[in-house]
Amino acid sequence: MSVGFVMLCHTALDRAAEVARHWAERDCPVVIHVDKRVTRLAYDGLVAMLSDLSNIRFSGRFACEWGTWGIVAATQGASTIMLRAFPEVRHVFLASGSCLPLRPVEELKAYLSTRPRVDFIESVTTEDVGWTIGGLDLERFTLRFPFSWRRRRRLFDGYVKLQRKIGYKRRVPPGLVPHLGSQWWCLTRQTLSAILESPDRADIDRYFRRVWIPDESYFQTLVRQVSTNVESRSLTLSKFDFQGKPHIFYDDHLQLLRRSDCFVARKIWPQAEKLYQNFLHGDASGQATAEPNPGKIDRLFAKAVERRIKGRPGLYMQSRMPNENYENGRTAAAYSVFEGFAELFDNFESWLGKVAGTRAHGHLYAPDRAQFAGGETVFNGAMSDSAAMRDYAPKSFLTNLIWNTRGERQCFQFGPADRQEIGWFMSLDPNAQISVISGAWIIPLFHSNQNFSDIRREAARLQKIEADHLGVLRSPWTKARVRIWSLAEFVENPMEPLQSIIDEISPRSLRRLTEAPRLADLKGFGQFLQNLRNQGMQPILMGDFPTGEDPNPTASRRGRPYLVK
Amino acid sequence: MSIIGAIRLRARRRRAHLRAFMRQRELSPVADRTKKIAPQAIVLLSTVRNERVRLPYFMRYYRDLGVEHFLVVDNDSDDGTREYLAEQSDVSIWSTEASYKASRFGVDWLTHLQRRYCHGHWCLTVDVDEFLVYPFCETRPLRALTDWLDASAVRSFSAMLLDMYPKGPMQARPYHEGQNPFEIAQWFDSGNYTIQRNNWNSNLWIQGGPRARMFFRDNPYSAPALNKVPLVNWDRSYAYVSSTHMLLPRGLNLVFDEWGGEKASGCLLHAKFLDTFAVKAAEEMTRGQHYANSQEYIAYQDALASQPDLWCKFSEKYINWRQLEILGLMSKGNWA
Repeated sequence: MSVGFVMLCHTALDRAAEVARHWAERDCPVVIHVDKRVTRLAYDGLVAMLSDLSNIRFSGRFACEWGTWGIVAATQGASTIMLRAFPEVRHVFLASGSCLPLRPVEELKAYLSTRPRVDFIESVTTEDVGWTIGGLDLERFTLRFPFSWRRRRRLFDGYVKLQRKIGYKRRVPPGLVPHLGSQWWCLTRQTLSAILESPDRADIDRYFRRVWIPDESYFQTLVRQVSTNVESRSLTLSKFDFQGKPHIFYDDHLQLLRRSDCFVARKIWPQAEKLYQNFLHGDASGQATAEPNPGKIDRLFAKAVERRIKGRPGLYMQSRMPNENYENGRTAAAYSVFEGFAELFDNFESWLGKVAGTRAHGHLYAPDRAQFAGGETVFNGAMSDSAAMRDYAPKSFLTNLIWNTRGERQCFQFGPADRQEIGWFMSLDPNAQISVISGAWIIPLFHSNQNFSDIRREAARLQKIEADHLGVLRSPWTKARVRIWSLAEFVENPMEPLQSIIDEISPRSLRRLTEAPRLADLKGFGQFLQNLRNQGMQPILMGDFPTGEDPNPTASRRGRPYLVK
Repeated sequence: MSIIGAIRLRARRRRAHLRAFMRQRELSPVADRTKKIAPQAIVLLSTVRNERVRLPYFMRYYRDLGVEHFLVVDNDSDDGTREYLAEQSDVSIWSTEASYKASRFGVDWLTHLQRRYCHGHWCLTVDVDEFLVYPFCETRPLRALTDWLDASAVRSFSAMLLDMYPKGPMQARPYHEGQNPFEIAQWFDSGNYTIQRNNWNSNLWIQGGPRARMFFRDNPYSAPALNKVPLVNWDRSYAYVSSTHMLLPRGLNLVFDEWGGEKASGCLLHAKFLDTFAVKAAEEMTRGQHYANSQEYIAYQDALASQPDLWCKFSEKYINWRQLEILGLMSKGNWA
């Protein structure tokens, strides 16, 4: 009892010959089908190459255009020859010219001989499962496909649409339940002959001739009628990517393929010399006779497909330039933006870096330069602090910074005196944690030694900018985590909001804040605001500071800010 | 795009072809071995000028990757470049004394060669100081990549220019013939690139790197473009428009994914900043044959006088393509 191989070849015939010889020399009959579109010369060359082997046959040639009946016809023809010419064959294994055996044939034979009645063929009903990768599934059976998908794509698609619109449906022959599955199978003589010698075969073939991609449905459907023991998986390791084309194996997959314990893999790059050398001529015996276990390879390819479809969040590069809202993450990681804190507290940046264990930058969007933490002039990824370069592409600046510092949370200050262009981008970014003490920008003005008329003008300008910015942050489209306090609100009880922000930045530390940042001196601040009002400028963003009475912050209180005394 | 837009782009492409046709008479063959180009062969195209020292390593690098034929235009070299190349059995070389600038920085000459000899070939257009790195380039030859691109129905492959530089002044370690230039210029900027999209030509415009950081920090708009599409399955109807930054028809510029995914891409390691650079820059000042009135070189000239160090403490030391992939400078896409 042995296994016979049916090979469907269309390119890289020398490699196909090598594989066929490998099997034939190990006492497995091989029937080869060569695509009719291969030149006569190449075909004759292949025949000559294998002429010394008595257990190799060539079957009648069909043109095998992808998705059409030709492939099934070729399989039928070759299988018929196999069953007739080699009566000792019990399992027929369908392979392609770019398949490569990964384990010795003896192991495959032993494996099959312990499962003499089992048909290995992936066969999935169309109703339950979306087996296909994009494209049609049940409609493969119910529509007509007179146009070539490869050469007449538009006509193909248009005709499918038209049929859907007018509700055209082919009738599936009674008794057939459409199944789909991998083209590569291994069937027993009983099953295969029952399919090929079925009295209804002419009718069934006529139906399948017009089915789309019949090689993934013909045997898969019919096997359900004749076989009693279908094992719905393929013995051939074959993975498809998101376009539905098979992944290709190269020399560097050698170890991966070895460990997969699969019997046959496709498809192999024809010039993968090392793979062919190792698996066809190397000594692979002595391995454990394990069940095929393609898990590792599955993961590798699944990751590759995911990279192609979803990409790495927050990365913008030469081959990933997502349209707005298709970024799958505008930035690579969470970051915090503080507005007004550096103005209200004297040593906020150093305090923040210490308490939260993060990188605390100054005003990255300051008009003169990007104030990187520690006064650096270049930063991770060799980013420059030049204001011109930052303002040339403010979004790139932020996304680069976050990408370059993956694994370390970034915090930076922002305010109405900074370049505002980045505002919308941050507010739409779920990774941004934006905390605002509105109106705090006035404290430096309060402390400054400018003429009051200049202060008044500057305050009016900044207030307008911040009001616009707050409008953005409060818009219904905002996705950032936004917290806004007015200055008056915050000064009254600064520890509680600080604690909740810090908890969010480093949730695992769960430490109570023991050290508060140093509050700026606000003596006379209420009067200062009143002076502004008296000059006709209405400071609104700060909240209500009573005139004459200086704010009495409780910031110096240590210990548990949540405790009610 | 409007019909008028389409007509305009087509006209532009036709004009490029016409220019190439007109300028072919400037090329005189020195060694024409184009008959030896096998069908399906991968062809490399380049314009050279006084690159004798760099050539041996360059040729070896690309032969090892699997380039089968080199089509070279020699622009008036006097250091033995022409003679050296003419001796190589896989090189076809033409020479010209005409203006590099008038030929749109060599593009017209190469367009002519591409239309004439590269139809149906995968064709790699690079300068002598550009070294292609693509996913799995250590274990898979260029042919594996082009076969995969063919199977994926992809016609063009992006490889961003990555400026490499030494630590310390460029003159400190002279480059020797045959040496791997990245033994000296080992460092690069990993994450300071800006990308903009040009909707008219569907291409990206990438700027940044050490040149922008050092020489264009006050005028980033003028920093050199780094986006390149050097590897194309050529058809005689194609044309490079602006160096290898941009192609027509513009579908070839769509080397990036717009819906969040990553397409496969590589990098062109740029070995420009060696001790040879100062000499080139000085010569360029007198010739004035480079892009935008050699504005770039003028910027260098000023800065070079002070022997600048492009290196900074956030520079990244080059290891291999996987490093570039992790840093997000290139991608495997769905090639595994």
